[in-house]
Amino acid sequence: MTTSATPVKGKSPLALPGRRSVPGRVVPVIATFVLFVLLFGVGTARYDGFLSGQVVANLFIDNAFLIVLAVGMTFVIVTGGIDLSVGAVVALSTMVAAAGLQAGLPAPLVVLLVLAMGSTLGLLMGLVIHYFEIQPFIVTLAGMFLARGLCFVVGVESISIKDPTFRTFATAAIPLSGTVSITWSVVIALAIVAVAVWVLHRTRFGRTAYAVGGNENSAMLMGLPVARVKVGVYVISGLCSAIAGLLFSLYMLSGYGLHAVGMELDAIAAVVIGGTLLSGGAGYVLGSLLGVLVLGVIQTLISFQGTLSSWWTKIAIGTLLLLFIVMQRVFMRRQP
Amino acid sequence: MSVDAKQAPAEPTPLVRMRGISVEFPGVKALQEVDFRLFPGEVHALMGENGAGKSTLIKALTGVYTPAAGVTTLDGREVSFSGPAEAQAAGISTVYQEVNLCPNLTVAENILLGREPRRFGAVDGRATRARAAELLADMGLHIDPGSVLAEHPIAVQQLVAIARAVAVDAKVLILDEPTSSLDQDEVAELFRIMRHLRDRGVAILFVSHFLEQVYEISDRMTVLRNGRLVGEHRTSELSRLDLVSLMIGRELGALAEVERLAGQAGEEASTVPVLEARGVGRKGSVAPFDLRINRGEVVGLAGLLGSGRTELARLLFGADRPDSGQVTVDGRALHLRGPRAAIAAGIAFCSEDRKGEGVVADLSIRDNLILAMQAANGWARPIPRRVKDQLVEKWIKALDIRPANPDALVGKLSGGNQQKVLLARWLVTEPKLLILDEPTRGIDIGAKTQIQKLVAELAQEGMAVVYISAELEEVVRLSHRVVVMKDRAKVAELDQNATVDDIMRLIAHVDERPEAVAA
Repeated sequence: MTTSATPVKGKSPLALPGRRSVPGRVVPVIATFVLFVLLFGVGTARYDGFLSGQVVANLFIDNAFLIVLAVGMTFVIVTGGIDLSVGAVVALSTMVAAAGLQAGLPAPLVVLLVLAMGSTLGLLMGLVIHYFEIQPFIVTLAGMFLARGLCFVVGVESISIKDPTFRTFATAAIPLSGTVSITWSVVIALAIVAVAVWVLHRTRFGRTAYAVGGNENSAMLMGLPVARVKVGVYVISGLCSAIAGLLFSLYMLSGYGLHAVGMELDAIAAVVIGGTLLSGGAGYVLGSLLGVLVLGVIQTLISFQGTLSSWWTKIAIGTLLLLFIVMQRVFMRRQP
Repeated sequence: MSVDAKQAPAEPTPLVRMRGISVEFPGVKALQEVDFRLFPGEVHALMGENGAGKSTLIKALTGVYTPAAGVTTLDGREVSFSGPAEAQAAGISTVYQEVNLCPNLTVAENILLGREPRRFGAVDGRATRARAAELLADMGLHIDPGSVLAEHPIAVQQLVAIARAVAVDAKVLILDEPTSSLDQDEVAELFRIMRHLRDRGVAILFVSHFLEQVYEISDRMTVLRNGRLVGEHRTSELSRLDLVSLMIGRELGALAEVERLAGQAGEEASTVPVLEARGVGRKGSVAPFDLRINRGEVVGLAGLLGSGRTELARLLFGADRPDSGQVTVDGRALHLRGPRAAIAAGIAFCSEDRKGEGVVADLSIRDNLILAMQAANGWARPIPRRVKDQLVEKWIKALDIRPANPDALVGKLSGGNQQKVLLARWLVTEPKLLILDEPTRGIDIGAKTQIQKLVAELAQEGMAVVYISAELEEVVRLSHRVVVMKDRAKVAELDQNATVDDIMRLIAHVDERPEAVAA
């Protein structure tokens, strides 16, 4: 159709001019970034004090746990899977942490316990998904009910956290400049983003995850360790949920079985808005981070506005999600 | 006796030697005591009709199947692989008909996935691209290793798959029907690379249904029939006719018969139009075209993959809705709202995707035929069992469907026989116009001939046929008129005297002056 020569013919080096400047795969991420800047611009234009370092810092502080969840979810969705259990695992993590601390266990042990629990849950779901060839949707839905139910086995009431180590971590402010400060949660979340970028984009494990998401059968025929990667992403997601649960218990300073209800959907929304394809095979960790920030900025806008109910956040997220899914579809159609 | 040319003195030792290989499935002996040898630095064609045991032999070699008997040696050592991964590690790489790569990753990643150069534990993107570029350049392929695989045409993807296969220092390269979706230029490119690899000492096992290609590229061939070895020959010493008769096991005057029939039908082709299309087109699909199909006439649609030949057929059938122009059937205007309207007007369309859109694999031959019959007859009027049985028997016989067992599941039949069932399904509805999209793709020579013969006979009986095929010889042989498609537009209409060369010239659009090559 176009007149450009097919790359096979001739011996002349075919450079595909202009193709490399903006690879098509990055476009959705750029779109999310532009959206973030736009939303922030709207806030700056309408409200005094919106454009301040602390507002940006608060975006990270209030969403540190969601960032970690979205990072884990990105791994799963890149392989073409989904993990619905993350919100419930966050709740279970807060519950186990709070109950453990209440029982007098030392804080480091509680942290290890929670991390081990989250990873194990992820491992079990991953094994079932891969070896019994059951849809991730169903398996993680079961995992969600299981984790949510386990919360109430630990305790039906909210348990507040009084452990001094946890309290110090939760309240300590790390000053960045004169007026702006962040919490340790932000540091941890950003460290996890950095590690995830490295693992997903730079290691064989990560590249295999993309291959599995692109075409699982091909990946298998290419001799790649499909089983290890497919199970591995659920372990990562479980581990991230546990970490997010710990951050959430720092944020709330309590454990409760009704914490983080529906948070898995926020995480999925952030990942999708961040440009990751639900069908797998394409997406960036940084996109998911941007996705979370977009959700955060909407929330901030609505709180600055003052009169709107916070439920308007949900309406905005729903609209955005639809918009991005449609955009992805249109974008995919345009590709050859 | 079966293996001739055995003791030619200067012959090197075979790289792969399979002796007395038998593979059995419940109730079926897929391979019986087959011998096979593959020498380094040769292209060896594995020939046979569908169901002859070609893929079984390949799978026995690559460890997908475990032979019930027989010995396989690689480089003189006895081997027995547990699967393709192990075979690959030993130097036997396979490239399948479908491109088994990941379209979402870059060319470089696809070539080196799982073996990327690493630095500090991380994949070294730059080194990966450089290594991939090296491998591609080695094959004479100059594409950007950093580009996404999906951006390239299937042909290039196939070549990338081959680059991946040889990147492991493959000693044996198995190409299973690599050319079925390639056009002529692309096949030439593939062959250039195959020769290049062969000259470097790689042993290549090549499976293809295209005889011309086999004769162009192969040095030696092994012919299988019904799971048994019929012979191993040097390609230069075996004539095409001999090869075909080895493959089908009977003399073949059938093709000549087809031509005779087609000629007869041509004389009788009427000038009564069954379907006329004026300015019919659809944006982004096919540019507006005029087309007239007469009673008893076969109109061939020739063009490359993606030239718009299938899209044109889909417009005529209403599978895609035209956004301009008018179609008349038997002089009456027809609103092509969808396939139902077309079927009601007596148009039948055999899709090229027979598995996806044609037959119901889980039903028997009888049920498949009856589905169509019942649909044509209306649901309210049941067809008596006796009539059904007679009709089913008649069509099985007419089309020589094998096995001739009405209760056989269609999914278990060979490609050629599935195609016949699909044809029969449409024929029982007695259409006025039959559109056949690639009815002979991927099926064996015997079935191909039968189907062509059937088309010629149907035309003789007065049916109008639109015949789409990538094989120009078939189109020319059968058609009274040939419509040539290029770049999603009708570019020419040729009469019965058209030759393959004429069509190819139109498709390639060769300028008289030598092509000015940009440096």
